[in-house]
Amino acid sequence: MADHRNQPSALAIWLGIADNTFTRQKTVKFGDASAVNSGRLWSIVTVVVLIVAWWIATVGGILDPIYWPPLDGSLYPWDNPNRARPGVVDRFVSLMVEGYRNVPLWEHIWTSVKRVLLGVCFGALVGIPLGFAMGLNSVARGLLDPVVEFIRPIPPLALIPLVILWLGIDEVAKTFLLFLAALFIMLIAARAGVNSVRISKVHAAYSLGASRTQVLRHVILPNALPEIFTGLRTSMGVCWGTLVAAELVAADQGVGSMMMIAKNFLQTDVVVIGIIIIGAIGFAIEMLMRVLEGWLIPWKGKG
Amino acid sequence: MDGLSIDDVSMVFTLPNGGEVHALEDVSLHLKPGELMAVLGPSGCGKTTLLNIIAGFLAPTSGQALLNGRLVTGPHKERGMVFQQGALFEWMTVAENVSFGPRMGGAPRPEIAEKVEHLLGIVALREFADKPVYQLSGGMQQRVALARCLANDPDVILMDEPLGALDALTREKMQGLVLKLWKETGRTIILITHSVEEALFLGERLVVMAPRPGRIHKEYTLPFADQGVDGDAREIKVQPEFISTREEILSMIWEMEEEIMGGGEAG
Ligand SMILES: Nc1ncnc2c1ncn2[C@@H]1O[C@H](COP(=O)(O)OP(=O)(O)OP(=O)(O)O)[C@@H](O)[C@H]1O
Ligand SMILES: [Mg+2]
Repeated sequence: MADHRNQPSALAIWLGIADNTFTRQKTVKFGDASAVNSGRLWSIVTVVVLIVAWWIATVGGILDPIYWPPLDGSLYPWDNPNRARPGVVDRFVSLMVEGYRNVPLWEHIWTSVKRVLLGVCFGALVGIPLGFAMGLNSVARGLLDPVVEFIRPIPPLALIPLVILWLGIDEVAKTFLLFLAALFIMLIAARAGVNSVRISKVHAAYSLGASRTQVLRHVILPNALPEIFTGLRTSMGVCWGTLVAAELVAADQGVGSMMMIAKNFLQTDVVVIGIIIIGAIGFAIEMLMRVLEGWLIPWKGKG
Repeated sequence: MDGLSIDDVSMVFTLPNGGEVHALEDVSLHLKPGELMAVLGPSGCGKTTLLNIIAGFLAPTSGQALLNGRLVTGPHKERGMVFQQGALFEWMTVAENVSFGPRMGGAPRPEIAEKVEHLLGIVALREFADKPVYQLSGGMQQRVALARCLANDPDVILMDEPLGALDALTREKMQGLVLKLWKETGRTIILITHSVEEALFLGERLVVMAPRPGRIHKEYTLPFADQGVDGDAREIKVQPEFISTREEILSMIWEMEEEIMGGGEAG
């Protein structure tokens, strides 16, 4: 049996105040940037300090609620109790329970997330085959290269006016914008994935008797998956940013539109909640994709 | 004619700047079925090029390669290849790698399973069958590569420095394995190596190539591989004959290397 007496607790390891055998195994060190110790204790310190500062500013009445909302409306020393406004915490609760302008908060969030997922899906469905075609076939490469190279440096937001002219501001327009944003990222990722295959793997497959289709299916495709997944992760991030911006321009639902409407009513608390939600969802998407990646493509970077 | 023939093969690479590299010039060889030939030579003398032509990855500028009288026109499973490293499919398990050839060929499942079991036994990796290959050490990975190649029952096995990336001890063990497989399966094998000792120990025949243009410089027929099948490797490697041949070839290659360096023509 292993000796557990000197094993630090899982919590201590998670916090980064103790090493376990695994974190000790990693030996690459550069100063303190050894990437071994999570340093999470210090992350928690940052978060706590920020919240405490906000709380002090709220209780002390230092904040002007027009510019930055109190942490909680009931904590703020209002000059005139009749003009008391909600803070971020109580507003968040009411958004969850009652919604914003008759639309529950989760519905605003879901609307936005759904648009991103749709855009990325369509972008991947079209972009991956095109990227493969470009990587595998010189005619496809020649035909598509000018378009790709020209559109690639254009930020998707710059396409908003054109998309509005073509499709208006409804759901289709937004999905189309996100489709475009994801399309080129996915296309370039798939092409890079195809090009990244080591020629010796292709040779090995051929001399083991594989046909062209089999080499494509069993060697080139799986070999390209890590790049494709990185493309998915990037397009999720880019689409999320693009969408929120698009919703700020024109939309009646979604996190961005909620913030824009709130701005018109000087509801700084709603605006700040929107910002926090955008950050949290962007972070959640990134984390989810990383977990999926570790699960679906464990061989990444190990060729 | 049975066996592997290389007839007057020349390979000229044209460089992007218009220059030419004569990687091979008029190389001719014949291997009888079941022969094991080691190929030695200074870096850049065209060893890999020769192997790639036999494998069918490259078409020679002139000349031809024939296997059992049939012209080599492209890769085929009758000619298997073991690469130095990095040619395993890291998205597959050990067993999936080994069974790749038969699976692509549509062999029946029970037959494949039996074959994988048998081959993994030979290379002593049975308990790693379901592990992803990237979790294996370098020596274990090369054993997988060997088994994967054997799974297809190729007539000819081409090896391009298959043991080059291994440490000395693992390498010695693998040399024993290669000899054992050669004797048990009776395959024709061409093995490229940078180690003179390895070439002497494994090669029934040994070809030393010279660079610029790449050509065959000298050929030996050696007794050591046959002794090595059941003999003690250490004992063989201290025989006076082994040592004297080794020294002869070493100084031969040294001279060629000096010529290249001393020639002063860069690139
Ligand atoms: N695709 C190519 N294009 C141009 N030149 C090439 C190409 N492949 C090989 N060469 C040249 O042909 C010559 C022989 O190369 P080759 O790889 O066969 O040498 P080698 O004997 O295998 O060397 P090493 O022992 O270093 O592996 C070298 O001068 C090399 O630069
Ligand atoms: Mg080589």
